[in-house]
Amino acid sequence: MKILVPVKRVLDYNVKPRVKADGTGVDLANVKMSMNPFDEIAVEEAIRLKEKGVATEIVAISVGPAKAQETLRTALAMGADRAILVQTDDAVEPLGVAKILKAIADAEQPGLVILGKQAIDDDNNQTGQMLAALTGWAQGTFASAVNVEGDHVSVTREVDGGLETVKLKLPAIVTTDLRLNEPRYASLPNIMKAKSKPLDTKAPADYGVDIAPRVKVLKVSEPPVRQAGIKVADVDELVAKLKAMGVHS
Amino acid sequence: MKTLVWVEHDGSSVKDATLAAVTAASKLGEVHLLVAGEGVDGVAKAASEIAGVGKVHVADNAAFAHNLPENIAPLVAELMGSHDAFVAPATTTGKNIAPRVAALLDVMQISDILSVEGDKSFTRPIYAGNAIATVESGDAKLVLTVRGTAFEKAAATGGSGTVEAVSAGSDAGISSFVGAEIAKSERPELTSAKIIVSGGRALGSSEKYQEVIVPLADKLGAALGASRAAVDAGYVPNDYQVGQTGKIVAPEVYFAIGISGAIQHLAGMKDSKTIVAINKDEDAPIFQVADLGLVADLFNAVPELTGKI
Repeated sequence: MKILVPVKRVLDYNVKPRVKADGTGVDLANVKMSMNPFDEIAVEEAIRLKEKGVATEIVAISVGPAKAQETLRTALAMGADRAILVQTDDAVEPLGVAKILKAIADAEQPGLVILGKQAIDDDNNQTGQMLAALTGWAQGTFASAVNVEGDHVSVTREVDGGLETVKLKLPAIVTTDLRLNEPRYASLPNIMKAKSKPLDTKAPADYGVDIAPRVKVLKVSEPPVRQAGIKVADVDELVAKLKAMGVHS
Repeated sequence: MKTLVWVEHDGSSVKDATLAAVTAASKLGEVHLLVAGEGVDGVAKAASEIAGVGKVHVADNAAFAHNLPENIAPLVAELMGSHDAFVAPATTTGKNIAPRVAALLDVMQISDILSVEGDKSFTRPIYAGNAIATVESGDAKLVLTVRGTAFEKAAATGGSGTVEAVSAGSDAGISSFVGAEIAKSERPELTSAKIIVSGGRALGSSEKYQEVIVPLADKLGAALGASRAAVDAGYVPNDYQVGQTGKIVAPEVYFAIGISGAIQHLAGMKDSKTIVAINKDEDAPIFQVADLGLVADLFNAVPELTGKI
């Protein structure tokens, strides 16, 4: 079984985003960029399925600028077999990405597509579900466990209030939640090896997909700042303040 | 504009997140509801009593019993033939279903809206709430998910919607529900609680969480929460996590105990009305957002607080 793993190059999660002064977006010039953390989990899960003998080939895909090659090389160094970069300097919305992935899925015929549940830049949480709609496949979103059993996959999902397990017919779409696994670090020999793994470069037009945005960003601004309040001296003062606010047992 | 609001329910009652979605939808136009499930007469009746609702479409079918998006998205897409906007609460159910609906309609969804700025424009958080984007949809129809804490809840009673059965619906046959482990408790739900008591890594163990955090929550009738660090350390289950990757909450009072205040955590609770922080590190970032801060050893201060409150 082949597994497709789409990955996105985003602002590194340790970097505090700065809103640009002109309100057009977040400043991405000269800041560290990395693979979206949820996508790292997706790559890791695919590799584990290959190590278990369930998957035979892992194809990493990224839709983005030329530099997204680095993100794909990271996926290859972790253990993906080959990569496809659908190169564009335009910002592509989840619907556009899902359409490109649908075209790739038609060509590659995977058994599973594993995606991060959301990218930590736009926080949309849409691409996996949209790809599932376009392919007509079942979806197991926010996964905390994935088990392939014959022609089905059982996915345990993190839902409000607890966990839920669904059984999906393959091929299927899985999106990863935070605790599905702990992604490995690529070893130096594997980083070297990844440089010679195949990486195809394509364009959105190769798939006949119109990526013109549907949503216009009018403005990006700083969130309202919360002011610090007061420090109380001891528990008695805290209790008095809380009681004054109507908070008591 | 005619909106169709997804009613989130547990088979017997309407969940609170629905009420915030109704408020958001009412800013766009007429509010119609969709109740999907199996044996949902009671839910449909309760939904029809929500203030301001018009039609309540009820799709009662075994295929809709467990909110499987493979079965529900086509139903919603069909109903969207006569509606202009699909509005779902940004719960795990809403987030699972809405994008599947959007793609079936060839529409870009607008996720997690914080406000309605115009017929087609909204604000929404990006970068874990570190920036707020104002966006405008260019699509013919809207698909929105609504952040529950950003909108007042519509009144659960006082409305007089008309219930109308929807006959559409079938099992797509590609997915099935196996089971769920939903924590049953007397406590209020984290996302709708008035008071939340959250513990962080400073607690050091699951036993200490039970010993220190739980009694205070019991005394105040509060929900229990935790930081990502406490969840990762295994002190409490995953669904306790408050933060950008966990639950987004905005209670009347939020107690952050032994929580340093990582950006990730702040993103999930900074809209709380009052934040109370107890931490022995006076430089902890949590004090920069706390209304009431107490620099103290939590193992002494919290039991004392529990005793005196």
